Amino acid sequence: MFDVVVVGAGPAGLAAACRAAESGARVALVDDNPVAGGQIWRAGGGRPAGPAAAWIRRAERNGVEWLAGARVFAVPEPGKLTIEQFAGDRELGYEKLILATGARERFLPFPGWTLPNVMGAGGLQALAKSGLDVAGKPVVVAGSGPLLLAVAKYLRARGARVLLIAEQADQAALLRFGVGLVAYPGKLAQAVQLRAGLFGIPYLTGCWPVEARGPEKLESVMLRRGRKTWTERCDYLACGFGLAPNLELAALLGCRMSATGVAVDELQQTSVAGVYSAGEATGIGGLDLALTEGEIAGFAAAGKTREARARFGARERHRRFAGGLERAFALREELKHLAQDDTLLCRCEDVPLGRVRGCMGWREAKLHTRCGMGPCQGRVCGGAVEFLLGWKAESVRPPVFPARIGSLSRD
Amino acid sequence: MKVSVNGREVTVAAGSMVSTAVAAAGVSLYRRSVTGEPRGPVCGMGICFECRVRIDGREHCRSCQIPCVDGMEVRTDV
Amino acid sequence: MGESFDVAIAGGGIVGAACAEECRAAGLKVVVVEPGPVGGGATAAGMGHIVVMDDSPAQIALTRCSRDLWLARRNSLPANVEYLPCGTLWVAADQEELAEVHRKKALYDGIGVRAEVLDARSLAEAEPHLRSGLAGALLVPDDSVVYPPCAARHMLRDIEVRREAAVQLSGQGIRLRDGTFLAAGITVNATGAWAPELTPGIEVRKRKGHLAITDRYPGFVTHVLVELGYLKSAHSTTADSVAFNAQPRRTGQVLLGSSRQFGSETAAIESHMLARMLRRVREYMPEISELTAIRTWTGFRAATPDKLPLIGPVPADPRLYLATGHEGLGITTSLATGRLVADLIVGRTPVIPAEPYLPGRQAEAHHEG
Ligand SMILES: Cc1cc2nc3c(=O)[nH]c(=O)nc-3n(C[C@H](O)[C@H](O)[C@H](O)COP(=O)(O)OP(=O)(O)OC[C@H]3O[C@@H](n4cnc5c(N)ncnc54)[C@H](O)[C@@H]3O)c2cc1C
Ligand SMILES: Cc1cc2nc3c(=O)[nH]c(=O)nc-3n(C[C@H](O)[C@H](O)[C@H](O)COP(=O)(O)OP(=O)(O)OC[C@H]3O[C@@H](n4cnc5c(N)ncnc54)[C@H](O)[C@@H]3O)c2cc1C
Ligand code: FES
Repeated sequence: MFDVVVVGAGPAGLAAACRAAESGARVALVDDNPVAGGQIWRAGGGRPAGPAAAWIRRAERNGVEWLAGARVFAVPEPGKLTIEQFAGDRELGYEKLILATGARERFLPFPGWTLPNVMGAGGLQALAKSGLDVAGKPVVVAGSGPLLLAVAKYLRARGARVLLIAEQADQAALLRFGVGLVAYPGKLAQAVQLRAGLFGIPYLTGCWPVEARGPEKLESVMLRRGRKTWTERCDYLACGFGLAPNLELAALLGCRMSATGVAVDELQQTSVAGVYSAGEATGIGGLDLALTEGEIAGFAAAGKTREARARFGARERHRRFAGGLERAFALREELKHLAQDDTLLCRCEDVPLGRVRGCMGWREAKLHTRCGMGPCQGRVCGGAVEFLLGWKAESVRPPVFPARIGSLSRD
Repeated sequence: MKVSVNGREVTVAAGSMVSTAVAAAGVSLYRRSVTGEPRGPVCGMGICFECRVRIDGREHCRSCQIPCVDGMEVRTDV
Repeated sequence: MGESFDVAIAGGGIVGAACAEECRAAGLKVVVVEPGPVGGGATAAGMGHIVVMDDSPAQIALTRCSRDLWLARRNSLPANVEYLPCGTLWVAADQEELAEVHRKKALYDGIGVRAEVLDARSLAEAEPHLRSGLAGALLVPDDSVVYPPCAARHMLRDIEVRREAAVQLSGQGIRLRDGTFLAAGITVNATGAWAPELTPGIEVRKRKGHLAITDRYPGFVTHVLVELGYLKSAHSTTADSVAFNAQPRRTGQVLLGSSRQFGSETAAIESHMLARMLRRVREYMPEISELTAIRTWTGFRAATPDKLPLIGPVPADPRLYLATGHEGLGITTSLATGRLVADLIVGRTPVIPAEPYLPGRQAEAHHEG
């Protein structure tokens, strides 16, 4: 039995676990990944990298029990989680729960997007971090959001030939919402650093991929910018259209949702008493916001309200920045017309968009076309369906991750 | 560290994910989709299930989330 | 002003769909009223096992007639109905259950249903993932599996469906939530477990079931496997029960059941029930533990006290028909139900005697008791 269980060992979860443990709580930290750090601090070589290494050391020094490679797949009753690891399954009891489940990339279908080596932007970065050799390989980075810059920079540092970055948002929108970053000195420094790492890579705004081509794997990608279309030969297309929060576990617990993610009060508590949420699960906001929200949740869950309150100001500043980003990188209408009727929408069950279009809603689409019925449980097609057809994901049931029959039938 | 991918031995750095070993073996087709299309990793973070392979006889393992272990036997679809 | 139809059917589950299809085939003008997706009720939850069952003569007659109707149309079903002619294996765990296998075999021989007794060895060969030490099984080769929601949709292919809820039902027609009145010569209540909401007083109770489905493991099981002890489970009308039931799907997935509960009105997964059900599956197939489940769900069977459906006119309002109460067999029995309803409406000789299923029997049972 733990005082606090934290799900997710990204920045938010690490900060929450440390703060709760330092406040005297008995804490467990769980993550599906085998290494701590979440998305931004994802490491290779089986050891946490950069700031994550310091955080996880600090957590363990304060007695946090760290469960790596462990998925939370069900909540059999309030106060109990079931987790699954490669080797087996286990139950965790909790007094307070902190959901720091982060975000995933949003993918949009376009012809050829299912070819091997067409990946997410963060996806290719993650694979490169875990050892994929990209040295000398021509890569196109495309989609939307600040992540594209970070990915391009990382891939170049690993020796990839990044041909260009295609950002779907218009230059005008980026400027209008101040992605010039002048108002945020800290971010500005980050941006300049980024620029330095990107020197010489064209950053094409108002540009997006329309088709990926290749017989058995990617060979080239066709891009559009304004009226112009052209083809780039490349080995990888790293393409993601922004981020979307991981809400399955919160939904399973019955937490209310806001327009951006899990709804929380000022102490990061969700609508379910004793369940907190922090980081990108509450809305896409970047690293600083994730860390601050994590600290607040950790303190609050351990009963240190005063310490939590001391960080409200910082959180407010980071939130304003996040709001600007979201508007600047809003997805454009044209992206809704990339997928053709025969373009696959559901990659697990190979369901083309045309078959789903005629349905009244998600449930009908699932029942009659199998869209969203595969092992990813709609995590990939869900974001696309919401953007293309306006349907929100419906009810969530255990297991929120595929789980072994053995794990689901524990005594 | 050595693992076998479709019967071929590859050497990978300690801590590499199985997905890396598959790529290092020159394989881009991790699985065949339900209609037979070739597929490979997309998300790199365990949510898309496109990188599934068979590891030591166990099917449907997400290769991007599982670290290599010396002597592991990995099979992809062909 | 409303519109008028020969037959107006409330409920677009597989039973309503089968009634609609048969009525239309008989030349009647039909409308179906369904607020949700077609086949989105119990039909979306059901396992889709097309099976002959022998609880009572009336059940044998209905399931057998239905299965013949499914067999007759198997070649014209579209691919998304996922028809799989896999047969059923009634698994006997011990000698007592094996005696039951022989009894069943004799019964099936008597009514012309093909069946074959498997000894322990042949059973192990037929299904290598079953645990060792089982006594044998009865193979019923003509049983099969379908994917019910698409079957329902297929039956409704040429039929008008109104996407609205019925709020009032009588022999005169159906009143929709939006106020529209659909006048009809005959009205059919085919709303499954919800039927008592529109026709108060009929004895239909909700009996909840849990199911789980795995990722794709082609060939892991090749027949529908049901423990003979299932009968004990299905018969009990009070206690919660579970029974081993594993079914191959066309997709290569394995569908696992089953549980039965009265008195649970929420559709939510109850972890303890799910776990208990899956433990039962594991007792028969230990290796299933390593397979990955990708989804679980629940559904409500519409249960009647005498375990037979209610098919035909309501005595107090003879233009109002019921087609509900199919408990755990409605996917199978939808086809004979549809045929019976059409037979009764147009005055044809019923495909099988209708008396055991007529709603009037519930009232009679009350008088007698
Ligand atoms: C693919 C990707 C790449 C990114 N790359 C960058 C970058 O290079 N630079 C940058 O500034 N920002 C990047 N971001 C944004 C960055 O993730 C956030 O700013 C910040 O890391 C959010 O932290 P977090 O703690 O909220 O979530 P995350 O870092 O996403 O951590 C959440 C963790 O929860 C785990 N989890 C979720 N559900 C469960 C469950 N049921 N059971 C167990 N564990 C679970 C996940 O495995 C994950 O490790 C990236 C985001 C994504 C999605
Ligand atoms: C777990 C489980 C396993 C099963 N396995 C099998 C099996 O293997 N083989 C088998 O033969 N049978 C099986 N069954 C039984 C079978 O699923 C049902 O008997 C069958 O689906 C009943 O169909 P129906 O059309 O009567 O009901 P439903 O499918 O429930 O349809 C009723 C419809 O009425 C609609 N409705 C409700 N209220 C209104 C209203 N006011 N106005 C209009 N419409 C309304 C609902 O939306 C619904 O679509 C199983 C059932 C369960 C629960
Ligand atoms: S690449 Fe998506 S789950 Fe492994």
